[in-house]
Amino acid sequence: MEQSFVLAGFGGQGVILAGKILAQAGADHGLQVTWLPSYGPEMRGGTANCTVVLSDEPIGSPVVDNPTVLVAMNLPSLDRFEKTVAKGGTILINSSLIARTAERNDLQVLNVPVNDIAVSLGNSHAANMVALGTVIKATGTIPLELIKSAMVKMLSHKDNAELVAVNQQALDAGYNAV
Amino acid sequence: MAEAAICAGCRAYFGYPITPQNEILEYMAARMPAVGGAFVQAESEVAAINMCYGASAAGVRTMTSSSSPGISLKMEGISYLAAADLPCVIINVARGGPGLGNIAPAQGDYFQATKGGGHGDYRMIVLGPATIAEAIEIVMLAFDLADKYRVPVMVLSDGMLGQMMEPIKLAEPVDPGLLPAKPWALTGASGRRPNAVTSYAMDPRDLNRINTKRQTRYRQIEEKEVRYRETETSDATIVVVAYGTVARIARTTVKMARSQGIKLGLVQPITLWPFPYAPLRALSNQVNTIITVEMSAGQMVEDVRLAVCDRAETPFYGELGGLVPTPKDILREVQRNVS
Repeated sequence: MEQSFVLAGFGGQGVILAGKILAQAGADHGLQVTWLPSYGPEMRGGTANCTVVLSDEPIGSPVVDNPTVLVAMNLPSLDRFEKTVAKGGTILINSSLIARTAERNDLQVLNVPVNDIAVSLGNSHAANMVALGTVIKATGTIPLELIKSAMVKMLSHKDNAELVAVNQQALDAGYNAV
Repeated sequence: MAEAAICAGCRAYFGYPITPQNEILEYMAARMPAVGGAFVQAESEVAAINMCYGASAAGVRTMTSSSSPGISLKMEGISYLAAADLPCVIINVARGGPGLGNIAPAQGDYFQATKGGGHGDYRMIVLGPATIAEAIEIVMLAFDLADKYRVPVMVLSDGMLGQMMEPIKLAEPVDPGLLPAKPWALTGASGRRPNAVTSYAMDPRDLNRINTKRQTRYRQIEEKEVRYRETETSDATIVVVAYGTVARIARTTVKMARSQGIKLGLVQPITLWPFPYAPLRALSNQVNTIITVEMSAGQMVEDVRLAVCDRAETPFYGELGGLVPTPKDILREVQRNVS
């Protein structure tokens, strides 16, 4: 079993953090993982993406030609990565910000308004966690509880119970959106 | 890599910020004081490497790290370390060059690392890790080799290794107090003859003798310390040679090629100096084609061709400027050479 995720969006949308949480949860689940970021020197407003590979065997390349899962948080990300997704894979489209759906019909497409869901929970910055919750449900590789505990680990240095709580709600909301 | 250095007993780190190696500096700033070591963010790369010279002369396991442009600035200091027979570990988290280049992963520093870089007749052991787990082992090995042969050792990694994450197991930490004694170190001359650490010998006959002795040590290193990893080479008809990040990407290419019936093997040089000439020479009698893949315009390929001569075809595939080849990119080159 090998799954590869590309999480892509504007800098500031939290795709790097979402990827880190996914990778941490994968390791906690006993899988081999790699997390490879790709972003420019600028952060907020630039484009950012990261690739997470989960496997039950040692991972060769952390650079992936054809990811099995794409999380597209904005249109440029969908435009850039849609054609690369492996046949039979999954694309999550952030329909709050992306007006079109996927052109591919040989894979699973999830149109989820992750920003709107996050806003309804009171924190638009939690859109990344909504998206992560959705792909966790759709792929079924990692239990949601491990994602939640990895998220707590990642955010613990911020010492912010409120932040953890809203992210937990966002993961649940994303999980239940499909 | 920073924690591996601490595990290896490194207790003096000197650095200067540059992307994509700032994580090492940042980690050391917090960690080194916690283990009772010395951390200095120096005023420049030149200062940092010369602080290593001082710490090493005092007998301490010492390290500096930087990325390509910063490593260029350290070259004078590396030559002095080599000339003074001082152990030191230098990590290069290489980026796109030449010049300021960019902060993406690249392998354009191979010549600089393996063929000199600094002035004079010196050699530096150069080790190329492909994964973070390998980097942990290699950093620990680097300290042992540096002490054993009294030479500077470079760990030549790249921006991808510097930025990515994967789970690793750390080795048992070494107690610096239990490391082999360094009778040559400057530890205070009370009760013994003073030691001298210098790179200076005015009389040509003296310098000739000192340099010849050092060259003898280099020959020992070439004899005993060559390290490489072969994957699926035993029945291979075509072989890829790659080091570092490209080697791990090529491991996936080997799987893809094998599933298509192409008998592809992979040779990953781990010591870039001393270079594994002998195993490549042996393979050149078995296969028709040995493809070198690098994130450069073709540097290691010169060593591959030196090993292979005209016993096999030696095409080259490289990506420049910080672009990273994917498993499919490498497979395409393999297919091109099979058909």
